[in-house]
Amino acid sequence: MNYRSSYFILTCLGFGFAFLYIPILSMVVFSFNASKLVTVWDAANSPTLKWYYALLNNEEILDAAWISLKVAVINASGSVILGTLAGFGLARFSQFRGRFTLNAMTTAPLVMPEVITGLSLLLLFVALEQLIGWPAGRGITTMTIGHMTFSMAYVTVIVNSRLATFDTALEEAAMDLGARPLKVFFVITLPIIFPAILSGWLLAFTLSWDDLVISSFTSGPGSSTLPMVVFSKVRLGVSPEINVLATITITVVTLMIVGVSFWMGRRAKLDKAAA
Amino acid sequence: MTGRGLVVVLPYLWLLLFFVVPFVIVLKISFSDIDLAIPPYKPLLEWAGKNSLAIRLNFNNYAFLFTDTLYINAFLNSIKVAFISTVLCFFIGYPMAYGIARAKPSTRNLLLLLVILPFWTSLLLRVYAWIGLLKANGVINNILIWLGVIHEPLTMLYTPFAMYVGIVYSYLPFFILPMYANLEKMDWQLLEAAEDLGCRPWQAFYKITLPLSRNGILAGSMLVFIPAVGEFVIPALLGGPNALMIGRVLWDEFFSNRAWPVASAVAILLLILLVPFMMWYQSVQARESAGAR
Amino acid sequence: MTTSGGAAVKAAPWRDPAARPYVQVDRITKSFGDFKAVDDVSLKIYKGEIFCLLGASGCGKTTLLRMLGGFETPSSGKIFIDGEDMTGVPPYERPVNMMFQSYALFPHMNVEQNVAFGLKQDRVPKAEIQERVATMLDLVKLGDFAKRKPHQLSGGQRQRVALARSLVKRPKLLLLDEPLGALDKKLREHTQFELISLQDKLGVTFVVVTHDQEEAMTLASRIGVMNHGEIVQAGTPSEIYEFPSSKFVADFVGSVNMFEGKLIEDEPEYVRIGSEELGGTIYVSHGISAPPEAIVWAAVRPEKIFMSTAPPEGTDNVVRGAVQDIAYLGDLSIYLVKLPTGKVVRVTQPNTSRHAEAITWDQLVYLSWDATSPVVVTR
Repeated sequence: MNYRSSYFILTCLGFGFAFLYIPILSMVVFSFNASKLVTVWDAANSPTLKWYYALLNNEEILDAAWISLKVAVINASGSVILGTLAGFGLARFSQFRGRFTLNAMTTAPLVMPEVITGLSLLLLFVALEQLIGWPAGRGITTMTIGHMTFSMAYVTVIVNSRLATFDTALEEAAMDLGARPLKVFFVITLPIIFPAILSGWLLAFTLSWDDLVISSFTSGPGSSTLPMVVFSKVRLGVSPEINVLATITITVVTLMIVGVSFWMGRRAKLDKAAA
Repeated sequence: MTGRGLVVVLPYLWLLLFFVVPFVIVLKISFSDIDLAIPPYKPLLEWAGKNSLAIRLNFNNYAFLFTDTLYINAFLNSIKVAFISTVLCFFIGYPMAYGIARAKPSTRNLLLLLVILPFWTSLLLRVYAWIGLLKANGVINNILIWLGVIHEPLTMLYTPFAMYVGIVYSYLPFFILPMYANLEKMDWQLLEAAEDLGCRPWQAFYKITLPLSRNGILAGSMLVFIPAVGEFVIPALLGGPNALMIGRVLWDEFFSNRAWPVASAVAILLLILLVPFMMWYQSVQARESAGAR
Repeated sequence: MTTSGGAAVKAAPWRDPAARPYVQVDRITKSFGDFKAVDDVSLKIYKGEIFCLLGASGCGKTTLLRMLGGFETPSSGKIFIDGEDMTGVPPYERPVNMMFQSYALFPHMNVEQNVAFGLKQDRVPKAEIQERVATMLDLVKLGDFAKRKPHQLSGGQRQRVALARSLVKRPKLLLLDEPLGALDKKLREHTQFELISLQDKLGVTFVVVTHDQEEAMTLASRIGVMNHGEIVQAGTPSEIYEFPSSKFVADFVGSVNMFEGKLIEDEPEYVRIGSEELGGTIYVSHGISAPPEAIVWAAVRPEKIFMSTAPPEGTDNVVRGAVQDIAYLGDLSIYLVKLPTGKVVRVTQPNTSRHAEAITWDQLVYLSWDATSPVVVTR
């Protein structure tokens, strides 16, 4: 590549990544700031862990985190099942009744503004409650249903695109050797596309964990999720406990991503060599 | 192979019930009246006498939206903001995606990881970070004052500027990733062939790379533009009271004013506005995957 | 010592009208929309044969193979294997196994597990599985590689695993899809003979799909040449080569010189053809059946043409030309000789002497051939 243009690209990359990471780093740095004003560095008393202790004793935040965790796990697991089924169907069967609709329904949530999805889900739950008495009020169940509806779209896309590059000869070979289609799926297809399913699970988990808008619409009294609590605090301005929360989140996410991509890197070698 | 339809039955029904049916209900409620009741809207279908349904279609809500300038401005402003943000994402994100696609495989993975990491960190928290940076006694102002560049803090928070920064910041990974996916498939020998035939590097880029990456640009743009139009969190946290975005209007109508029918009408209009773009996105995706096969 | 086609070639069951075919393809057609990939194909394949489907890409040979395997259902027609109608039967219920072009080895299982997979599906007892897998791996000389995973093997080794996996179930029919395509030339030759030896030992009936005529000629007991979804000729390699039934077959298998002409004399024991292309007459020492005044083609193989600087005897089957191009291939040389009529004739000569009298460019030579050499085709 041309010497001069690669300089340009490098500069763009540099600025771009700086743009992406400076806010994140500033949050981390100021989580150790003793001052309650957060952004005014209190050199006399900082760095300190006092806000870390404060966060870990904050009942409201801990309860909300627990609820978020429950919803996220159930959501991720359910979305993976629904999304894998849909992704498999779309990838393997080029013609079936309702294919166009299914395809549209699994790609629309990816781009739809969340306020629309959230509002529509809430109105559905209200109407259902009037009609058949379920769901009785909004809470964890309705939130989970709401999250699953949009998470599964992401899983579908991931599984579908993984299966597009999957060598169907492997499935045919298994059938040729005597395995029936269902067995082929569980013994051959699933183990091989497992990394894609895992990343689908993680993505669904993260989307649910971070979700604010849909949760706000579909939750009820006593079922505030972590983002909802964070939002109500943050509306009022900066808060040092939120910086701590951000730092913890970033650390966990970083460790998780590094770990998973390391594991995937080893598996990719396996897949590549077998292709 | 029998039973192939059964595989998709479960997700199909789920989405039908929890994704499609709700829209029908939103449509229905957008035609009803506000009621001081729970739920706060009058029923749309009523049994009037034996076996006949009277459907009360109330277009007031829509009329209200079209006549009250607040809503019209909110729609127009949302489109404007989303469009400008998309363009900014393009100018920042395209070179980044290009740089990653042309990097060595080992560096590439690291760079991708660095792009994905913010994407997996909560949007809410990252937007919050900008509050800390942009406010009157925030980091940026403190540094500028300390450097002596300015003497009075700049008003950055609660301005349209802050909102643009927030939206571009949050949606940048959404542009970079599909852009990268598209550029990665590019045959770089085409550029070598062009240069061999006398093209200068910038010309080669303009005549070859750019047109061939069209689908990636469109996909990335749609992934930024469409959700940005209906964005709520960023205007709420970073934009001031003048940041009129339709997503925020919907939220306020619903939660603050308890005007469910009006909120529903807003949602329907927003949906109608965005559906053409969503269909365009779908067709771009279909073209891209058909080309890949 | 094995010959191509194994034991079957000696018995030639296809010549015996009473012999029962092991695989019978009965008027099979496969259409994809308006396009007929396989058009009304009928075949009889006998036990122990290596039958090759030969053709260019798109001729339908792979589709036909996949129908034999059960991966495609015919639009019409029937398939019988060992007397049973297998037309609609899915692949996991057929006594047929396939060796895939990409080998399709399961990447998450090691060699042993790959080979054992088919036996596990049949619920064969564990002890028996172990024994059969070990025997098969020894047979393909991969006994030491049992615990390795596919990505740790070379291309040739992976191919042997695929072969072992498909043979361990002792199928009635083994289908091979371009088995040697991914191997380099030396390995290919070596593997060809290994395949023949293996087939002979196990007595399995092979159906091989290939676009490489050399491969087909080496492996096959019989070849079915395919074009546009039809079998244009089926026969032993020598039958196909020496007695092609059409221009297409003559041209597809090996190189050939085609001389277009009209019958001058048409007798039961000989025909004489006048060819403008050649600029002379061709005398063929056998009769043909063709309507009078028909346009025919005389096909003469390059190795059957004799080249000399002195004029040979006789006026039939002789022509004069100038050497236009020479390609030296080591063991033989290819000469392109341009005739006064403009036609270019291809002649191959083995380089029998190290200090041969070299025939050079632009040299005038006489080309001649025996009366038994031309094959007359009418279409």
